[in-house]
Amino acid sequence: MDDHSLLVPLANERPQLPARARNLSPIVPRASISGRALVAVVAIMTFLASVTTGAVLLVSASATDWQSEVSSEITVQVRPHAWRDIDKDVAAVAEAVRTQPGIIDIKAFTKEDSAKLLEPWLGTGLSLDDLPVPRVIIARAQPGSSPDLAALRTRVAQVSPTATVDDHRAWIERMRSMTNATVLAGVGILILVIIATIISVSFATRGAMAANRPIVEVLHFVGAGDRYIANRFQRHFLRLGLEGGLIGGGVAMLVFGFSESVAGWFTGTAVGDQFAGLLGTFSLRPSGYLVLALQSLLIGGITAWSSRRTLFATLDAID
Amino acid sequence: MVAPGSRFQTPHRTELSLVRFENVGLRYGLGPEILRDLSFQIPANSFQFLTGPSGAGKTSLLKLLFLSLRPTRGLVNLFGHDISLLNKEEIANLRKRIGIVLQDFRLLDHMTTYENVSLPFRVLGRDESSYRKEVIDLLKWVGLGERMDALPPILSGGEKQRAAIARAVISRPQLLLADEPTGNVDPTLGRRLLRLLIELNRTGTAVIIATHDISLMDQYEARRLVLHQGRLHIYE
Repeated sequence: MDDHSLLVPLANERPQLPARARNLSPIVPRASISGRALVAVVAIMTFLASVTTGAVLLVSASATDWQSEVSSEITVQVRPHAWRDIDKDVAAVAEAVRTQPGIIDIKAFTKEDSAKLLEPWLGTGLSLDDLPVPRVIIARAQPGSSPDLAALRTRVAQVSPTATVDDHRAWIERMRSMTNATVLAGVGILILVIIATIISVSFATRGAMAANRPIVEVLHFVGAGDRYIANRFQRHFLRLGLEGGLIGGGVAMLVFGFSESVAGWFTGTAVGDQFAGLLGTFSLRPSGYLVLALQSLLIGGITAWSSRRTLFATLDAID
Repeated sequence: MVAPGSRFQTPHRTELSLVRFENVGLRYGLGPEILRDLSFQIPANSFQFLTGPSGAGKTSLLKLLFLSLRPTRGLVNLFGHDISLLNKEEIANLRKRIGIVLQDFRLLDHMTTYENVSLPFRVLGRDESSYRKEVIDLLKWVGLGERMDALPPILSGGEKQRAAIARAVISRPQLLLADEPTGNVDPTLGRRLLRLLIELNRTGTAVIIATHDISLMDQYEARRLVLHQGRLHIYE
């Protein structure tokens, strides 16, 4: 007997059309997950994280430059005294410094140079004869060498008792503290951004699961395990996370890419000079861009991870 | 009609018990016990009606059988497994051996009839080419050959019911649970759906139909499980 005779022909009265059926629909439709809002949130978070990281990298790089520049410099100050000829003192001190082992170059500031230095505060046409302005000698040490400062101080004191030697150690320490504080603040902001991203993604995941609860229930009916169901949702969240991460990271990279040009527009202005002094040329190194790209991927990964965590927690509650 | 070699063939009958309940009780939260001291077995290849007045606990018993609920006391043994010892993944695996048809169909509106019916195979990870013909044959068999590419919102109640039944039986479950499967269709189609379930039973699936439709039960001589005031009375 033909097995099919067991089956009831329920639709013999209807003409049968050739089947064109195919599995084309995703089990979890993309439109059912409110993706735009999540992409926007992740993009904004990634942008903020990237700007923070980029700024920290710029400050660190500039601070390193300042420190290496300043640490190879020694400043000698010769103060005027009523019974001493300051020009002679400056010449004697300059000679003493020049002959100190490890010193490769010196620059003694003349009276006019000193007046120029004070111009921003005291204005032009200044006569230094009326003021007890100290004179400065900048000495450049051989990079990597550390001149004997005690010996230098002794020699300088012998030729001019009013001269003092400063190797900028205290200033470098302050710079280092400031740089460390900037990096710590940057890391703090990054942690906050990541926490905010995780919370946003968790809310979005819960919302998506609530909206798709009928799908989850049907999948349970047909024997799908939590891992299978979570994977159907997670691929959407991974894509949304990467999309947001790439948009936010890409915009941040463009901002840093154009920042050099933008900084150029403000050159010569007070604001431009302040920024240039703080952040150098405002240009991120290639390794900086790599860090921003990796960070964008990391935020995409964090989105996927936090959605997965929420998915399993929600699936536990649904069953 | 189903093509030769399809899985809809009569298997060797066995008298093994698929389901065994011993002194099972169920209560929701701190409320009264709505199912009390249920002790029964569902043999393989058996056919039974589960009946009783509205609110008697038929749907709750079906949920216990489908592992959507855990009993508050007693032993539930399904396919030889004590369900109290199973984890979520093991429960999901057991569910693959159970088909369920609910009153509200639970079809996915964004999927075509074909996609809804083939869903159990997708979940199993099977390649579409290995089951496509089977799904099409079944859809033709239940009279949905023309509606394969239709979305559920445009199907009639009867068509949805047949699609839901097709989805429940496509993976050839060992146990089929049907909650009021003829509740949304006219008497003629109701008779046809009953015949479909009877034929399915003949091919080796144990069937439990929850209904309070006396006329439906009168159409087929079968075991009756009657729930009344939380207790189960069995009429062989």
